[in-house]
Amino acid sequence: MKNHHHANWKANLAIGALLLIFMLIPWFFNAIGLKTGPYWLDVLNTVGLYTMLALSLNVILGYAGMFHMGHAAFFAVGAYTTAILNLNFGWSIFATIPVAALAAGLLAAIIAGPIIHLRGDYLLIVTIGIVEITRIALTNDIFGLTGGPNGLVGIARPNIFGFRLSKPHHFFYFIWIMVGISYVLFNFLENSRFGRALKYIKEDAVAAENMGVNTTLYKLLAFVLGSGWAGVAGTIYASQMRTVSPDSFTFDESVLLFTIVILGGSGNQKGVLLGSFMVIGLPEIFRNFQDKRLLVFGAALVLMMIFRPEGLFPPKAAKLKLSEAWSAKIEGEGDSFSDASSDRKFTGDNLDASPKEA
Amino acid sequence: MMEFLEQLTNGLARGGIYALIALGYTMVYGVMKLINFAHGELFALGAYLGYCLLVTTNLAGSLGPYLAIGLTIIMVMGLVSLAGHVLERVAYRPLRHADRLAAVVSALGASIFLQNAIMLVWGARFRAFGSNLFPNFLITIGGLKIPLIRIVVLASALLVMWALRIFIHRSRMGLAIRAAAIDQKAAKLMGVDVRQVITVVFIIGPALGGLAGLLVGLYYGQINFNIGQLYGLKAFTAAIIGGIGNITGAMVGGLLLGLIETLGAGYISVGWKDAFTFVVLILILIVRPTGLLPERVVEKL
Repeated sequence: MKNHHHANWKANLAIGALLLIFMLIPWFFNAIGLKTGPYWLDVLNTVGLYTMLALSLNVILGYAGMFHMGHAAFFAVGAYTTAILNLNFGWSIFATIPVAALAAGLLAAIIAGPIIHLRGDYLLIVTIGIVEITRIALTNDIFGLTGGPNGLVGIARPNIFGFRLSKPHHFFYFIWIMVGISYVLFNFLENSRFGRALKYIKEDAVAAENMGVNTTLYKLLAFVLGSGWAGVAGTIYASQMRTVSPDSFTFDESVLLFTIVILGGSGNQKGVLLGSFMVIGLPEIFRNFQDKRLLVFGAALVLMMIFRPEGLFPPKAAKLKLSEAWSAKIEGEGDSFSDASSDRKFTGDNLDASPKEA
Repeated sequence: MMEFLEQLTNGLARGGIYALIALGYTMVYGVMKLINFAHGELFALGAYLGYCLLVTTNLAGSLGPYLAIGLTIIMVMGLVSLAGHVLERVAYRPLRHADRLAAVVSALGASIFLQNAIMLVWGARFRAFGSNLFPNFLITIGGLKIPLIRIVVLASALLVMWALRIFIHRSRMGLAIRAAAIDQKAAKLMGVDVRQVITVVFIIGPALGGLAGLLVGLYYGQINFNIGQLYGLKAFTAAIIGGIGNITGAMVGGLLLGLIETLGAGYISVGWKDAFTFVVLILILIVRPTGLLPERVVEKL
């Protein structure tokens, strides 16, 4: 146990140092006079925004295990809420944050109510349907508020105590601080009673229900929370781009977020962070490929899944403490036990084999 | 009334195309429990191969329209099923025992890869099949004028579906497919070669999808590199509406969806056309959580 704490302390120090270096990037770009500095900061800002979205999707897909491929819909609701409140009613950007979160969360609650019990793949297609319906509704200028296919333009910049965020490095700090807040918040969530309940539901919903976990309620809460947080990301996006249009919130965006979470290791926040750097950041580095970028990306996804089917950082399974004799035996058994996590494998052989060994 | 019948036949033809694609989704899902996101792209590949054979190489000009289209159908179905087989070998077989989500992401990756490959080969702009490929005259039935191509599309879709039904219900292989769809493990224990079943499913499904692609090209006259995604999503929705894994369900779902979409666009609003599909999907799933004609076995969760 002591060793474990020691390792944790070291890891935290390393993470702190990395964070400090990361936060100095804008200063560093400026100091060496990098001409393309603002461009690379914009790339990092995009990565940050997607990280925030992916972290919120991770609550739904990673923790609760609900196949949700329509996250862009709630991102859109947040962005449009901010745009409408700012343009039509003159609200400041920061004042719209809670409303954007509420609007996205409320929509999620209304939609999820009747579909939350759907089985994995049925939920997947319904959430794809939600993102498509949302995009079509926005394109058709629903309630006369969304501006149709061209969207809304001229959204104000965020203003903190009279300081107006306008340059890429302003947004760099704004976005990455929000990423940090998301990370810490969801980390708390993961280790709370709520997070444990979600994990249980993901592992075995029937067993969880039988143990008295209100699975419907917890799944609904996870869905609403993740969606509401995507709404906040929408606010940031609207104020950074100063324009919102239906094209930015498509099925493809949802797929991208989905792949980030799975690629990183569904349920593991560090994996999600790395995943968004890979999915959003790497293609920018390979800009020379130009139109072949997506081709390479598609092939890379297939290869990644073949070689690391559980993602870059699979979440650590809750480990049961075994007696030393058992641990030694399992080590000796080798492969036959390592497959036990895959529920679709025929594990009967392994169970039969173990008593003979003993 | 005439207009309604006009819309009805149009909707049925569109629905026939959806049904053909939906069959590929549902068969693969039935046996492997995998959503083959790349299936839409195989359909698009069928459309482009049809374009390549009929227009680029001008097969219609040298062989006469009927022979050319017959030959193209066979070649497109063969080539697309080959592509489907390669896809299964490369992207899905290594993930047979992995987590389901890994297979979903692999399918998404394959889909992105194929869509962009099609775009790189044939370009991003629309490709027109041309109207003089096929002697397309109007047939008058009791005052209702129906273009010949519409009848050809609907008839070939129904014919193929009928043949598939016979195959699934009468042949030994069909029995094996049904057994594997109900319970893969049990089927394996009973001596069914599940790997062979998967191979067959990945040949029939893409062949039907490729045919649907060719029919879309002939029926609507033009194709674009992203039709795969558009039709793929709709057809997958059709498979879900019918109850995924259920072959009759895919046919019913496809035809129903084609009708709803065409009638909705004709009588309610064109702008919301693509949304009807998903609204209907959500409504049906609220009432029947596993589709209209669900699988007969309950999946344990």
